[in-house]
Amino acid sequence: MKHIELEQQGAVGRSPPRKDGADKVTGRARYLDDLNFPGQLWGRTVRSHVAHGRIREIVWDAAFDWTDVVRVTAADIPGENVVHLIEDDQPMLAADVVRHREEPIALLACADREKLEEALAHVRVEIEELEPVLDPLRSTVVFKSYRIEQAPQGLAQAFADARVIEGTYRVGHQEQMYIEPQAVAAIPREDGGITIYGSMQCPFYVHRALQRLLRLDDSQVAVIQVVTGGGFGGKEDYPSVISGHAALLARKARRPVKMIYKREEDVAATTKRHPAVMKYRTAVEADGTLVALEAEIVMDGGAYVTLSPVVASRGVLHAGGAYRWRHARIDCRVVQTHTPPNGAFRGFGVPQTMFAIESHMERVAVALGIDPLELRRKNALQIGDELPTGQKLTSSVSAREVLDVVAARSDYARKRKEYGRSVGEKRRGIGISLAFHGAGFTGTGEVKLKPRAGVELTDRGARVLSVSTDIGQGTITVFSQMAADALGLALDDVEVAENDTSKMPDSGPTVASRTTMVVGGTITRAAAAMARILQGYVAQVHDVPAAEVSCAGGIFSARGRALAPFAAIAKRYLQERGSLRIIENYRHPPEIRFDDATYRGDAYPCYGWAATAVEVEVDLDTYEISLLDVSTATDVGRAIHPVLAEGQVEGGTVQALGYALLEEHVWDQRGRLLNTRMQNYVIPTALDVPRMHTTLLENPYPSGPYGAKGLGELPMDGPAPAVVGAVLHATGKLIPEIPLSPDRVMRAVLS
Amino acid sequence: MKLTVNGVPRSFEAPPLKRLLDVLREDLGLTGTKEGCGEGECGACSVLIDGELVNSCLVAVCQADGCSVLTVEGVARNGDLAPVQKCFLDRGGAQCGICTPGMIVAAHRFLECGLPATNENVREAIAGNLCRCTGYAKIVEAIQLAAGQRS
Amino acid sequence: MIPVTSARSLSEAYAILHQRPRGLRVLAGGTDLMVAVNARAGLDRIGHVLDIWKVPELRGISGAGGSLRIGALTTYTELMRSREIATHLPALALVSREVGAWAIQNRGTIGGNVCNASPAGDTLPLLLAAEATFLLGGPRGERTVAAHEFFVGYRKTALGADELLLRVDIPLIEKSHLVYRKVGTRKAQSISRTIVAVRKLAPRDVRIAAGCVAPIPLRCRNAEKAVAAGGDVRAALEQDITPIDDVRATAVYRSRVTGNVLLRLLG
Repeated sequence: MKHIELEQQGAVGRSPPRKDGADKVTGRARYLDDLNFPGQLWGRTVRSHVAHGRIREIVWDAAFDWTDVVRVTAADIPGENVVHLIEDDQPMLAADVVRHREEPIALLACADREKLEEALAHVRVEIEELEPVLDPLRSTVVFKSYRIEQAPQGLAQAFADARVIEGTYRVGHQEQMYIEPQAVAAIPREDGGITIYGSMQCPFYVHRALQRLLRLDDSQVAVIQVVTGGGFGGKEDYPSVISGHAALLARKARRPVKMIYKREEDVAATTKRHPAVMKYRTAVEADGTLVALEAEIVMDGGAYVTLSPVVASRGVLHAGGAYRWRHARIDCRVVQTHTPPNGAFRGFGVPQTMFAIESHMERVAVALGIDPLELRRKNALQIGDELPTGQKLTSSVSAREVLDVVAARSDYARKRKEYGRSVGEKRRGIGISLAFHGAGFTGTGEVKLKPRAGVELTDRGARVLSVSTDIGQGTITVFSQMAADALGLALDDVEVAENDTSKMPDSGPTVASRTTMVVGGTITRAAAAMARILQGYVAQVHDVPAAEVSCAGGIFSARGRALAPFAAIAKRYLQERGSLRIIENYRHPPEIRFDDATYRGDAYPCYGWAATAVEVEVDLDTYEISLLDVSTATDVGRAIHPVLAEGQVEGGTVQALGYALLEEHVWDQRGRLLNTRMQNYVIPTALDVPRMHTTLLENPYPSGPYGAKGLGELPMDGPAPAVVGAVLHATGKLIPEIPLSPDRVMRAVLS
Repeated sequence: MKLTVNGVPRSFEAPPLKRLLDVLREDLGLTGTKEGCGEGECGACSVLIDGELVNSCLVAVCQADGCSVLTVEGVARNGDLAPVQKCFLDRGGAQCGICTPGMIVAAHRFLECGLPATNENVREAIAGNLCRCTGYAKIVEAIQLAAGQRS
Repeated sequence: MIPVTSARSLSEAYAILHQRPRGLRVLAGGTDLMVAVNARAGLDRIGHVLDIWKVPELRGISGAGGSLRIGALTTYTELMRSREIATHLPALALVSREVGAWAIQNRGTIGGNVCNASPAGDTLPLLLAAEATFLLGGPRGERTVAAHEFFVGYRKTALGADELLLRVDIPLIEKSHLVYRKVGTRKAQSISRTIVAVRKLAPRDVRIAAGCVAPIPLRCRNAEKAVAAGGDVRAALEQDITPIDDVRATAVYRSRVTGNVLLRLLG
C-alpha cells in the first residue's frame, strides 16, 4: 500500500483540469434548459392530489380555451403503459388507480408558458379516495425479500453462550437534491421515432423505456445525454418517466417538447432514498469478539417496485458491516407504501444498513466498556476472512488501515480522552466509523448486462465510446486518462464521444460505483488493443519488429528511436483503411462467482474501504450539533485522478453529513410531502461543514484498470454513524435514528 | 428597459416583474446564469448588480433598470479565464457545474471585497450558493488560492 | 400582466397609495414577494405592484435625537456595515448577518421584514425588545405605532391600505444592552426555529421578545414580570408563548429551547 504520489509518466495518477471544466467555469456549458428547439412547446404534468384512490374522471374546464394546448392521457399511449425497468408495474400515466401523491395522470403542452400554467389550473381529476398505507411495518405488499445465512445452525448456541446486545435503528427519506432539476426535451422524427435530449445517468434505460411505451424498434429511438447538473441516483431511473411524458406530448403535438420540473414538483414527485427500520441482535464475547448477528431489515419501497429489489439487495449484502462474524442470519424485505417510489441514491441501500451496524457497534462498545475504535479494529475484516455470503476476501482489504489512518489524522485517542470529561452547556465528542462498499453490480449483474465500450481512432488521437455519463464525477476526464495511457497519447489528444444511444455501445448505466472500474477497465483494454494494432501498423510502415514499437507522449518509437507522431500515423491509417474502432466486452474475473438463487458466493468482485472520524460540539441549550472536524481515509485501489477522487470523497461525505444532521422529509397523515422546497428541506451550506481532512489510500484491485476500484458511493456510507458515535461520546446518549435533529437530540438528552 | 451587462449596454422590452434571471437567459441569450430553485435558496442564479451579489431569480427586472449587471460570462476577460476560474479548474472546484456560474460570481465578489480569505470568511461569502457535489472543500481551496495569487 | 409602478420618490408612491388600487402589494427588495410570484402563490390576488426600491427618502440610518432612525429600505448589508448600528445596537448588525446569506442580505430590507410580519422574521424580536416604533406614512399623513402594537395577527399588521412603513425608530437608552439568539435550521440560508431577544436596562428590568413561538412576533410580558419579581421565568414564558409543530421543529422543542435560550441570555 502506498499513498498518492505523482508519477513521472502518463496521465493516470495526475490531476489535470477536468476536460469539461473550462466550459463549466465560464458558463458556456449547455444544460438542457439552455437548449432551444425550433417550434418547441413546454410540457407540464397533471398529478394526483391523493395518495391512493380510483380515478373517476379527468375534467377539462369547458370554459377554458384548449385550442393551442396539447393534452395527453393514458389513452394516447401507442405501446404499453409502463415505465420499463425491473418489474414494469409502474404506469407511465395512471389510468385507473393512483398509488401515490403526485402520480402523473395527464400531460399538457403549450408554446406559451403562462398559458400552460393557466391550463394546468383548469384540469381537475376526480378521484375516489382509498385508504393509503404509509407505514412500511404495516404494509402487506412485499416487493422482494432476501435472507442471507452464514453457519445458521450455530446461531442459537451462540446467542445462548455469549452476551446478547440488541437495538433498532431507523432512517428516513433523503432527497438527492441535484441542483439542476429533472429536464428533458423530446423531438419527434419523420420516421415516427423520437430523439430525446436530457439530463440523465442512464441513456439506455430511457431508450428501452421509450421503445416499450411507443412501440418503436431500436433504430427509431435516440437518447442523448446533455451536460447534467448532478444525479446522485436521482437521475438513474426517473428520466425514463419524464422522457416518456415529453415523448408522448411531442408525438401528439408533432413538435419538440421541453419538460423541466420546478423544484417543488421535483422534490414532491421524484424518487428518494429508501427509509428503513433495522432490528439488530448480536452475540458478543466479553473481550469484544463479534460472534453472531441476526438482523431484520424493512425498507420502504414506495408505490412501485422500480429499483427496490436491487437497493434492498445491496443493503442486505452490506448489513453485517466490515466485520467478521461466525454466524449470521440477515433478513430483509422491501415493501409497498403509498408514497412516491423510492429509488437510487448514492449508496443504494448501504447507507441505511451501514448506519444500523455502525450505530450498533457503538452500542456494543458501551455495553462491553470497550473503546469503539478498538472494537472495530479487533473485528475488522482482513484477507482470508469470509463475508456472510461465504465470500472469501483474497485481495485489496484495507479495513484496519483506514481506521488507523483516520485515527491518527483526527487525533482520536487524545480527543477521546479529553472530551469525555467535558461539562457545561457545550459538550464535545469524537466518533469514528468503518464502512465498505462493493464495487460494480451485485453478483452476476455485470455478466448478464454484457456491457460494451471502446475507442476509435481520430486523426489526432482517439475517441472513447460508451454511454457512461459524466454527471459531475469526472467520467470524461478519467476515461480519457485511462485511454491516453493505454495508447501512449497526451490527454489532450483523447476525446470522449457524445453519449448517444443510437451511436454508442451500451456500457450500462452510470450507477453502482462501476464506471471507472468496470467501464474504465473495458475502455482500457480496448485502447490497449488499438495500441497493438497501431504498433503492428507502424512496424509495417517503418519496417521494424512490432514487439519493439511503443508509443509514449504521442510519439511512436522503436529501440529508442522516434519513428512518427501518433497523429501522422493515425491520419495515414485512416486514409488507408477507413476507420479503426475497437469495442470490447466486459471481462468478468473468472474466480468471482455468485449464486443469485441462494445468495451465496462473491457478491462483488472487490470492495472499497473507508473510515470517518467526526468531531462535534453539542449545545445543550438548543440541542444543535456543530461539526468541528471531519477526517476520512478511503481506499480507492488507485486514484486515476486524485483531485476528482478527493472530490468524490468530500462531496459524498457532506451529503452523508446532511443525512446525519439536517435532511428530513415530513409527511402528513394522508401521504403528502410537506417540505418540498429548498427552503424547508435543508442541505448543508458551506458554513455547515468544517474543513475536511481527506486521505486517499491505494490498495490496488488486481483486476481493476490500473488497480482502481469503485469509489462514488462509498463516502456516503460511513459519516452518519460516526456522527452518532460523536454525539454519544459528547452526551452519553446513543440516538439510533437520523437525522440527529435538535428535536431528536432534545428527546434523547431529556430522557 | 436598459441594462449594462458585462460592460455592454443592452436595451430590451420586458414585463416589469419578469425576473432578471429570465431576461438574462431569454432576452439577452446569456444562459450561463442558472435556475435551481426559484426562491433565492440555491444561489445558482447569482449575479452582481452594481457590484453587489444578488439572486437574479428574486429581482424584478424593473428594479434593475439602468443598472450594471455582471454575469458569469463577464468574469473572464478578453477570452482568457479569470484567475479565480483557473483556480476552480486546478483545484477541482467544479463537478456537475450547475452551481459553478453562481459560485464563480460569488467568489469574484468575495475577492473584490478585500476581506482576508480565511476559511470562515470564504465559507460565509458562498453560504448562499448551494453545491451538492463537492462538499465545498475544493471550492474553498480554489477561492483561497485565487486570493493568495492576488496579494 | 400585473401592472407595476416604480416610484422614484415618496410623493410618487403616495400618489399610487391615494388611488388605492385593488390588490396592491408593495415591492421592496423582493426577497419575499418575488418568491411568491415565482411560485405563482396567490398571484390572482395581486392587482398592482408598487415598487419602492428606488425611493430615496426611505433609505439611510441616523443616530439623531436619542434614537436610532433606520429607513425602511435599509438592507441587512447596510445594517451590517453601518457605524451607527455598530456603535449603538450591534445586535441588529449581528442578526442581519444571520439572515439568508450575502445575496439575500443585499436585497432584504428591515422594512420588508417588519411588513411581511412573519412570526419567524429575524429582526422582529430585537425590534420588539428594543421597544422600537414604526413611522408609517401615506397620503393622509404620518403616524407612529409601537412595535408591540404593530403585529396584530398571523402576518397581519396595523399598516393601513394606503400606508407605507417609512422608518424604524429605536430609542437609545444609556447602559442598556440588547442580546439575542437565533436558533435556525442550519448555519446560513436558514429560517429560525426560535429566536429570542432581551434588552437589559437593569438587572431586573428587561424587555423580552421571541419569534416562531406564536402567530406573531411576540413581546413576552409574563417573562419580563417574572424577571422583575425574581419569579420562575421559564414558567412565565410558557404563559406568553403558544408554539406549534411545523416542518422545522415541534412545539415541545420550541417551548423548551426558547426557555433555555432566554435563561442563558438573562445570564
